[in-house]
Amino acid sequence: MTTVKKSPRRTGGGRRLFLKITTVIMTIFAAAAALIFVTPTLLTITNSFMSQTEINANYGMVFGTGSDSRTFISERINLKFIPDIVTAQQYITAFIKAPDYLLKFWNSVILTVPIVIFQTAVAVFASYGFARLKGRLKEIVFFLYIVLMLMPYQVTLVPNYLVADKLGILNTRWSIILPGIFSPYAVFLLTKAMKRIPSTYFEAAMLDGAGEFRIFTEICFPMVRSAVFSVLILVFIDYWNMVEQPLIMLSDESMHPLSIFLSKINSGDTGLAFAVATVYMAPSLLMFLYGEEYLVEGIAYSGGIKG
Amino acid sequence: MNEKKQKIGSAKGRSEKIKPNDESIAQSDKLFQNGKNVKNAFAEESAAGESASEKMAPGIADNGKPAAPGAGKTFAGGKKKDVKKPSRLTDTNTPFAFATMLPSLIGVMIFFIIPFIIIIWYSFLDNPISRDFVFLKNYGTLLENYSFKMAARNTLILSAVAVPLAVILSLGLAGLLDSKIPCKSLFRTLFLCPMMVPVASIVLIWQVMFHYHGTINDWLGAWFEAQPVDWMKSSKCLIVVMLLFLWKNLGYNMILFLSALSNIPKDLLEVAELEGAGAFYRLVHIKLRYLSPTILFVTILSLINSFKLFREVYLLTGDYPYEDLYLLQHFMNNTFKSLDYQKLSAAAMLMAIIMVIIIGGLFIFENKFGEDVEE
Repeated sequence: MTTVKKSPRRTGGGRRLFLKITTVIMTIFAAAAALIFVTPTLLTITNSFMSQTEINANYGMVFGTGSDSRTFISERINLKFIPDIVTAQQYITAFIKAPDYLLKFWNSVILTVPIVIFQTAVAVFASYGFARLKGRLKEIVFFLYIVLMLMPYQVTLVPNYLVADKLGILNTRWSIILPGIFSPYAVFLLTKAMKRIPSTYFEAAMLDGAGEFRIFTEICFPMVRSAVFSVLILVFIDYWNMVEQPLIMLSDESMHPLSIFLSKINSGDTGLAFAVATVYMAPSLLMFLYGEEYLVEGIAYSGGIKG
Repeated sequence: MNEKKQKIGSAKGRSEKIKPNDESIAQSDKLFQNGKNVKNAFAEESAAGESASEKMAPGIADNGKPAAPGAGKTFAGGKKKDVKKPSRLTDTNTPFAFATMLPSLIGVMIFFIIPFIIIIWYSFLDNPISRDFVFLKNYGTLLENYSFKMAARNTLILSAVAVPLAVILSLGLAGLLDSKIPCKSLFRTLFLCPMMVPVASIVLIWQVMFHYHGTINDWLGAWFEAQPVDWMKSSKCLIVVMLLFLWKNLGYNMILFLSALSNIPKDLLEVAELEGAGAFYRLVHIKLRYLSPTILFVTILSLINSFKLFREVYLLTGDYPYEDLYLLQHFMNNTFKSLDYQKLSAAAMLMAIIMVIIIGGLFIFENKFGEDVEE
């Protein structure tokens, strides 16, 4: 520290002005970045209230409805924030007239929900073990979990496929759900949360005569509850978004989740696709609105593999 | 398991031997009396305790783990014996703790570890029927495979560009939110929300923006009089995918950096400022030093996420992307279709080895750089 060169101190007023200007510039930067971050989502939502004719007129070029001579196709693409006529027509179609989309939405739900619930449940138990046990063997196993967690799908899908093939569950939803349940991600996060419980809590509870199962349910679980919420959210987004697993495990396209189906929309259904895309992002966005604090906490937990 | 128990037992024995030596006889008499009292108290409690452990046993048995009831019994039995032992409180290697790990351990073994070992074996075999041992031949064929080489090259290029950008830009965002700007929590929310939006939902608008006649070309034409670029169907699609990747991942990384920034001891920064260290000096010599484990983690995380970029590419461009975006996952998908287990296993093994090398290298690098900052 002593070798630090003394930088010329600014005088009080000048320094304050300098700080003010920096703050203003930084705020502008942040606002611009925020605008870029939000725009795509907002555009998708607002555009879902456009009628199909307006969509064709504005974006016809992109989705190639050009062959349809009845609709007017503009030369350029006009990105619009607010539709000329606000209509819920696309939603009505999506929910009532075109059950295909609803079916795919249900496919997403039926794949994601069991994974989210059971991966977390398995992890709550396992993390207790990982946090409490001591010894070299445990360290090695936990390290193995971390390595597994860090492996990309290209690596883990091959063993998963092999097992699914051997168990005869290929091309059923189980081939995605079962490996998902035992994915080590939630175990890793929850172990970090469990380890933060001071060991004196356990000792005090034992002195008071609590059995270990009681300690687990009445002391550990309440203390990691917020971490459990964040794990639920994080696992949910991960699997709600899945593309790779269904492509490989499910050759039957009728079981594919909405994420894959959305990318294969027919050009005539563009407006519908915007509406469905909005419906598709609704669960995770709602979760975000209610659980942002948990999410932030959960992400912070995941930081620092070594800790 | 048995060995472990013995070890634990001997550890307990040792601690017992040591403790009485430290205490005077009178004290140990008192302790003994206390111990009796405690024992009586425990006799009452143990009824409740056992009912709890009984409750536990079926709960675990539901998962189909035969070991659970046994574990419950040994646990209950162990408790009675334990009353005399003070080390019981600090001994955390209990059967219950083992039992909690079982479901996860068994699942991971079945779905990940055992098949992975089989895959290592497969990667050395000629074909699944004759099962001739050919050692590295599969790897040789794989490395000569044109599409594998192309996929590997494209993936590496994408990662090499995406990862540093993801780390630096998210660090910048975290820096913004760590400074004295207003509405910080609003900004944090806005930066974080793309993370919650499924890629598939956003692909439509991305296609509108980056179409040849799309908005981005319009803007570029209007402001810089640039020639329109066919973003999706040229090598420029790399940029489009990259933007989508950054848009989605920066928020998560930013939160990691923010939490690390808040863990830097404030007094250290204040002292540095008093000593006359400039903002730049504080950034490089204090903040970055303290952030180095997080930088490592974010780098690894971004690396893994960049391997998942297939998702974005697939949703944007479908099954047959522009050649520059033919990624390893595309290669794997095609190999899955032909069900060539040898090729698949060899490819998975190669990738696993490369990942381990990269991650291990990053760990070693971080250890060197951040070694003098111990929390």
